[in-house]
Amino acid sequence: MDFELSEEQQAIRDSVLKLCTRFDDAYWLEKDRHGGFPVEFHAAIAQAGWLGIAMPEAYGGAGLGITEAAILLEAVAESGAGMSGASAIHMNIFGLQPVVVFGTAEQKARMLPPLIAGAEKACFAVTEPNIGLNTTALMTRAEKHGDRYVVNGEKIWISTAQVADKMLLLARTTPRADVKRKTDGLTLFYTSFRRGEGVEVREIEKLGRKAVDSNMLFINGLEIPEADRIGAEGDGFKSILHGMNPERILIAAEAVGIGRAALRKAAAYAKERVVFDRPIGQNQGIAHPLARCWMDVEAAYLMVLRAADAYDRGKECGVEANSAKYLAAEAAFHACETAVMTLGGMGYAKEYHVERYLRESLIPRIAPISPHMIMNFIAERVLGLPKSY
Amino acid sequence: MKIVVTVKLVPDPNAEKKIDAGSKRLVRTGIETVLNPYDEYAIEGALKIKESLGGDTTVTIFSMAPAASKEVLRKALAMGADDAVLLTDPALEGSDVRGTAYAMAQGIKQTGFDLVICGGLADDGSTGGVPGALAEYLGVPGFTNCRQVEVAGGTLKVQRETDSGYQVVSGPLPALVSVTMAIGEPRYASLKGIMGAKKKSIATLALAALSVDGAVGGDGAKTEVRAVAAPPVREKARVVEAPDGAAGARAIFDLLKEKKLV
Repeated sequence: MDFELSEEQQAIRDSVLKLCTRFDDAYWLEKDRHGGFPVEFHAAIAQAGWLGIAMPEAYGGAGLGITEAAILLEAVAESGAGMSGASAIHMNIFGLQPVVVFGTAEQKARMLPPLIAGAEKACFAVTEPNIGLNTTALMTRAEKHGDRYVVNGEKIWISTAQVADKMLLLARTTPRADVKRKTDGLTLFYTSFRRGEGVEVREIEKLGRKAVDSNMLFINGLEIPEADRIGAEGDGFKSILHGMNPERILIAAEAVGIGRAALRKAAAYAKERVVFDRPIGQNQGIAHPLARCWMDVEAAYLMVLRAADAYDRGKECGVEANSAKYLAAEAAFHACETAVMTLGGMGYAKEYHVERYLRESLIPRIAPISPHMIMNFIAERVLGLPKSY
Repeated sequence: MKIVVTVKLVPDPNAEKKIDAGSKRLVRTGIETVLNPYDEYAIEGALKIKESLGGDTTVTIFSMAPAASKEVLRKALAMGADDAVLLTDPALEGSDVRGTAYAMAQGIKQTGFDLVICGGLADDGSTGGVPGALAEYLGVPGFTNCRQVEVAGGTLKVQRETDSGYQVVSGPLPALVSVTMAIGEPRYASLKGIMGAKKKSIATLALAALSVDGAVGGDGAKTEVRAVAAPPVREKARVVEAPDGAAGARAIFDLLKEKKLV
């Protein structure tokens, strides 16, 4: 058991934090106010090679693991970039894992290098408006016509679809009534798309993270060449399942980052702000909640690294990955809330940044899976309690 | 062309520091060792020259430090240097400026060089004395406080910062330069750099491999730290309040007079 980051992992953390200093609080505040994808940030991250951190070396990546990707995304969020920074690159770091695992050599050579270089951006189109987390019930249909599939359906909460060039899309190719298991008959595609050509992309206004768009997709006759199908027809669910634990681990790492950022701001303020002739941080009513949040955030990070380590060793990590997501998101939310309360009125003002973190901290709480479903999972799988739904 | 960049490994500049009363030396326990921030500018300067010259120009990092700090040099390699040499020997402990420059000169001579680039000073000792002494022991011209360094046709051309501007000075190679922060913000290591650094070599040199005459380390030191004192605590600023500008100026003038500053 080794709780130290390796030299290389430490170097990754240091270098990412240093790169992020170019994108300061003012940059993210501006992005939060007026929106607009953080293109400069995405380009800087791509240029320094970070998008390829977990991609195979043969295609221009570094071939490192989820542990290193978690360290990267945690550092991005911790720098003050929060979810605005993390979500701008998140999908491009690990989202294409189904292509890595199930793609052909031709597909990998065609799809991975432009993503790693930052020349293309991808979005992940799985969730649908009417099915929630009941993924196998999704209604988007892909019908084969010759060497193409024609897709019709709706998707929701598709991040970065306003700026993405590519889409990883899950659609049903065989009706649910015609398959033995509900997980069969779904097919995964990775394909180019243009807004307005078979796909209408409508942005959803939301509480936070204005810089990174979230969207409704109305897919109407989108044609996808057969060459863009990832894995066998009908095997799509298996393909995306592969990426779910890493996804949760990375979101959890981002939550830890935002929690740390909030606590850093709050502690700095509590040291400087003098009321009744003493810094407010001298009052235990201020200090203790911050101390408690720190412990919660750091304990959650241990679970994140534990889950990442298990995944990288090829071990089962569902329990750890889900627990990490739950713990980190809850800890981050409470840290951000406590930071706002520490700053008082100033905490409610945009220019002190913590209210932005608080709004963004709800993202890892809600996505990609609700805390309720994680508790269901732990109750059932770990404690052996009967399934409730 | 072979460029050698000297780097010092120093206690984290952001850490709180204590001086041991007995040895009058910094207590290093619990403080992380990092690259001297000023030396990162020297590395940046070297990499710029390497990029402008291309071809077979190499950048070697040279450091004199305890063996345990070896891995800190990977950061310099991750920035883009080609290899590193660590001069390490328990006998070097306690070296003063002269001893450090002398031992390093012997090591750098053995390593081979066309140009040595140093940071302006070290964050811990802050003497700024090593670059000049090193040039002397290497027997090459030394150009200190450079804000720009160019190498063309085997000639060195530098801009030396002065209080009122800068001097343009040129000279032959081999030579030594020390650089200021105006040389350019040090680059951060890219992922490729970090991955590549794993495969680069860090050679170690011991004193026995060098031709060193006389005593080095603490025994050979020509200087001695007599006393260490904390900088005087700055008095709290006084705010002068006055109904108008003229009265304010008068009040400030009286204050300066009282302190015998005017």
